[in-house]
Amino acid sequence: MFLGYILLENTENNMSKKNLSLSTQQKVRKSLSSRYKKETLFQYFGLSSLSVGIIFLVIFFYSVLSQGFSAFTQTYISLKVDFSDNLVVKNNKIDSIDSNFDAIIRSALRERFPEVNNRRDRRELYKLISIGAVYQLIDHLDMSPGDVGSREILSFPTSSDVDMYVKGNIDRKLDESKRTISNNQMMWIDELVEKGEIKMKFNSALFSNGDSREPELAGIYSALKGSFLMLFITLIVSFPVGIAAAIYLEEFAPKNKISDLIEVNINNLAAVPSIVFGLLGLAVFINWFGIPRSSPLVGGLVLSLLTLPVIIISSRAAITAIPPSIKEAALGVGASHMQVVAHHILPLAFPGMLTGAIIGMSRALGESAPLLMIGMVAFIVDIPSVITDPSSALPVQIYLWADSPERAFAERTSAAIIILLGFLLTMNLLAIYLRKKFERKW
Amino acid sequence: MTARDNIEDIETIGNPNVENPFISAKNVNVHYGDNHAIKDVSLQIAKNQVIALIGPSGCGKSTFIRCINRMNDTIDIAKITGKISLDGEDIYSKELDPVILRARVGMVFQKPNPFPKSIYDNVAYGPKIHGLAKDRNELDEIVANSLQKAGLYEEVSDRLDESGLSLSGGQQQRLCIARTIAVNPEVILMDEPCSALDPIATARIENLIDELSEKFSIVIVTHSMQQAARVSQRVAYFHLGRLVEVDDTEKVFTNPSHILTQDYITGRIG
Repeated sequence: MFLGYILLENTENNMSKKNLSLSTQQKVRKSLSSRYKKETLFQYFGLSSLSVGIIFLVIFFYSVLSQGFSAFTQTYISLKVDFSDNLVVKNNKIDSIDSNFDAIIRSALRERFPEVNNRRDRRELYKLISIGAVYQLIDHLDMSPGDVGSREILSFPTSSDVDMYVKGNIDRKLDESKRTISNNQMMWIDELVEKGEIKMKFNSALFSNGDSREPELAGIYSALKGSFLMLFITLIVSFPVGIAAAIYLEEFAPKNKISDLIEVNINNLAAVPSIVFGLLGLAVFINWFGIPRSSPLVGGLVLSLLTLPVIIISSRAAITAIPPSIKEAALGVGASHMQVVAHHILPLAFPGMLTGAIIGMSRALGESAPLLMIGMVAFIVDIPSVITDPSSALPVQIYLWADSPERAFAERTSAAIIILLGFLLTMNLLAIYLRKKFERKW
Repeated sequence: MTARDNIEDIETIGNPNVENPFISAKNVNVHYGDNHAIKDVSLQIAKNQVIALIGPSGCGKSTFIRCINRMNDTIDIAKITGKISLDGEDIYSKELDPVILRARVGMVFQKPNPFPKSIYDNVAYGPKIHGLAKDRNELDEIVANSLQKAGLYEEVSDRLDESGLSLSGGQQQRLCIARTIAVNPEVILMDEPCSALDPIATARIENLIDELSEKFSIVIVTHSMQQAARVSQRVAYFHLGRLVEVDDTEKVFTNPSHILTQDYITGRIG
């Protein structure tokens, strides 16, 4: 094609030499090269912009994924524990107050490393195991009380420093004072790794626990549940309200200055910084209505305010996309205005409204600034069970963990980001799927 | 000044009045904002009669028929004055609900506009909302009847649950006609019903109009002179919002009185 183009240009040059006055055809041909040049230039510009975007995206995904994936596994130590000692049984039940579970684990460690016998070294030895190991022990005994008096091999989560060391995140060449793990501990871990007594397992704590000061015990479950409860509130508040507002504005509102003003304001509302909504929520929902702070209820209400304009705007777009001929057809057979809306406009616009709602919700899911204002940034360990319980939210949890100094929280931050992105992606895919499924051609 | 230029004080010539008027428009004026779309139109339409409204684009013929079922109500800036009565009843009176009016005056639009629902539901929609059928059987009967009258039943009887949009353009338009007559109106307004159809589909619709005129009064807006000549008993010629001439079809097409009508029919304006 390009060759032909050059040939064309040559003949055109010859022709222009022959007669000075150019015909229309020749003028068109002459302008062709500059036109194509502009097009190529524009294409290159577009391509380079696209590549810049893709490069940043790849860098972002690489850094998050490479850091975050290791948080989905956790280091465990296999130890032979002795349930014959240190346990107090009352009325066929293990008494959790008088029993010394710590001592069971410690003696198991001492047994594994009999050569460690001075107090300082032993204290270092005990630090290999997470303080959460005790709870695991209690859980195990609850599940199988028949183990009392016997010796069992159990695996316990290590402390986060050991975890980091095993995952290779601590440089062993550093001076001992600059490491969070001592030479002795390194030696013991190396021995355990060599003998196969240290294993990597799926980090279920990440999904089943609430927040914790100990990275190996910290999980996103509380934040996840908080986020879901909030999204639930957001959906049931903003979706019906948004649709009703959109339908009223599109179909029933008189076209005058006031409705114009409202329209402008709704469009502006969509661009208001989210933290402003947080302040509003603080002033209205918490201080005035007295809704408990840092609860999913107040968070959901604040996020509803945030999502509402998005839903209204997309719902109105969905309504305007319905050809007026459908409305006329329904009116023509004698449907009342409300029937036209209920029988035709709402069903036809619903997929578009739903898509808008999902996009608004996914924006709400990723929102953290307004939640900071209503106290959801608090350190919350418990899992919220109702919408008035204090809870956290995924993005806020990410913020909190990113703020923590422990190395192990860095990978958990990335892991939480991966989970959040996973949810956002799922929601957006759902929106695309619904749009494709219900898309109507007129 | 010739009669061609002097449009502002045209008196309608011909016979705008009929003996037993069913629809009677008197001094109707329509304004769309500053645009004076219909100027002082008076026209009577008899029962079981087909009247064709012809005229160049923008002459107000569509606007006029949209006044008859108050479809212009949906346009905020439209302002209608004058009086239109249906069977002696003022359709613009406050007591009259446009919903009732539109059940009596059905409308078929320029572009076929079936609902994106099944063929059955398209036809059943009107009877359903008006509560015309007691039970499903009766509704089935109304649907079958209406499709039969619209000449569509044979083609679609085995696929009534398919989407109305799956039909061809001509079938869609007949479906819209079936939908309109399912409500059993007294008047059917047709706004260029064949302008989006091919000649064969057009011929079918024209035959249909002939048959329907036995039961309904039909007001049809058309751009096709042949169509007007074929289907109508009376013709009204509109020009720039004025009703210039109205008379029996034969008279208008063979011997138009006004120079503008003459120009339009012979193809000098249009």
